[in-house]
Formats: sequence, structure tokens, C-alpha cells
Amino acid sequence: MKRRFRYLIGGVPLVFVIGLLVALWAGLSHQPSIIPSPLIGRSAPPLTLPRLAHPGRQVTRAVFEHHVTLLNVWASWCVSCEYEHPTLLWLKRHGVRIIGLDYKDHRAPALAYLKKHGNPYVEVAYDRKGLATINWGVYGTPETFVLGPRGHIRYKYVGPIPLSVARRTILPLVQRLRLDETRS
Amino acid sequence: MTRTRILPVLLLPALLVNTAYAVENHPPLANPILERRYQHLTEEIRCLVCQDQNIANSPAPLAANLRYEVRRLLFAGASNAAIKRYLTRRYGDFVLYKPPVQPDTWLLWFGPFALLLIGAIIILFLIRQKNRLYELEHGRAPPS
Repeated sequence: MKRRFRYLIGGVPLVFVIGLLVALWAGLSHQPSIIPSPLIGRSAPPLTLPRLAHPGRQVTRAVFEHHVTLLNVWASWCVSCEYEHPTLLWLKRHGVRIIGLDYKDHRAPALAYLKKHGNPYVEVAYDRKGLATINWGVYGTPETFVLGPRGHIRYKYVGPIPLSVARRTILPLVQRLRLDETRS
Repeated sequence: MTRTRILPVLLLPALLVNTAYAVENHPPLANPILERRYQHLTEEIRCLVCQDQNIANSPAPLAANLRYEVRRLLFAGASNAAIKRYLTRRYGDFVLYKPPVQPDTWLLWFGPFALLLIGAIIILFLIRQKNRLYELEHGRAPPS
């Protein structure tokens, strides 16, 4: 009885070390730069910004109504956005509606960027100072939100979307959200 | 030869510049109470780009935007708790340098104390066992 108890005590450090190893191992695949968004499941925060191409007109939250939409935060100075661009064009070709949010940018280079690389957006909101974007918890570019037909945020991707993620996750999600819309 | 040895010495002052450069800052708020609250809040809010800095010390543009938001909310009369809530609703609890005490952070807050307690129990157990062994061998309690 007593001996068994001693083994138990001896096992404590072993269990501790194993636990530590498991935690450290899990930490290897954890990317601290990706912060989970508390906005998922909630309705779209306010978005009232001038349009990139038509400064006199505004983009509002109403752009998300009745459609499954992607909101992609980008900028002409953002190198990883350029890297992501082909994925956005691929999504557009597959019928995904994408709204752009031009973050801390200037009009001329942003428009030139779209002319040069192609325009995947149906509409681009222009956030010169990056203050409106705080409502969306945006902390860098690119970031992409998927919104359901009632303007609820369903998914967020931080960083450039690889084509594989667009193919396996985002496009199927958009299609599923569209189905939900027709069912209800 | 000597020149290469001197070079690091010459560069030494460069290490000191680091602290001087920190942040472009706004003129202090006219109201000293607001200014104090502003200092306190910006020290407790994390810059999400440079994650080991608070927004008071971060030169990142995002930190500047967050500082601006804090000032704007202070002027609008928001309480400290309301300002923190405003930011956590958008960026999550991670934006707070000091995580709130809630079920998913219990391990973080109380884990070290739990480990200390476990350690104390083990040590106590071992001491008792040693004492018992001593008693068996010598027929009397160990001198304390």
C-alpha cells in the first residue's frame, strides 16, 4: 500500500514533464499574430466611408444586405495583398461578391493598383486614416471577413488567403451561406 | 585591426537612442485628470501588431490609431471600463495587457498558486516519510 503510494509520488514529475512537453508542442503550431475575432457571429459593425472611385458617394453597411459578401481589407502599399490578389480574382471568377476596404492608402496609387492587377471588388470603401476600420477590429492588411446574407460576420481570415483556403474553406462557406438564405 | 575593435565601442551610443525614439506623442491633455487616465489606459492596452508592447510605448501606426480612439472616448466622457469594453468588443480580450479574471483565464491566474500548493503537499509528504523512516531505524523521533 505504502509502496504503491511512493510510486504515485514519483510519477508526479513525470506527468508534469509530459504535460509541459504537450503544451510546448502545441505551442509550436500556435500563431500569435492571428488573433481570434470576437465579431464572429455578430452583425456587421458600422461602415460608413466614401467610395474609392467616387469620393462624393458613400459605402454603408447596407452593401452587406441580401448578399453573401466578402469584405477584404487591403492597400496598394501592402505587399502581401499583392500576393493575395490572384486568389481574390479567382474568387470573383467563381461568383463571389467582394467588397474592398482600402486601408490607410491614397486614392491615386490605390486606383492605379486596381488598374494594374485587375479589380476583384464590386465596391471599394476608402478609409484614409484607418480609423473606421477599428470598428471591425482590423489590425493589419490583408484581412478578410465573410458575411452572411443578413449582414452577420461568419468567418475571418488574417493574412493573405492562399488559393487552397479559398478553394477548401471560403468558397464552400459562401455556397453554404447562400443555401441558408434560400431555405429561410 | 584596432579599427574593428573600436567600431563596436563607437556604436555603443546607438543602443541609447532606442529609448529616445519611442513614440510621436500628442500634447498632454489639458485636463490633468483625463491625462492621467489616458496614461493609465494606454499602458494597459496592447498593440496588436507589436504584441509585446502596450500602445503607450509602441511606434506602430495602429497603436497611434488606438491612442487616438482612447483620447476620443475620454473626451466623449466614457469611463475606463467602457473604453476597455469598446476595445475588447472589437479586438477580443487579447487587446488587454492584463487579462480579466474569468473562467477561461483561471488557469493563468491561479495555476501558479495551484502548482505551489501541489509542491508544498509533496514536500510535506516526503518530510513525513523521512521522519517515519528515521523512527523505524532509531526507535525515536528525529531531532528537529
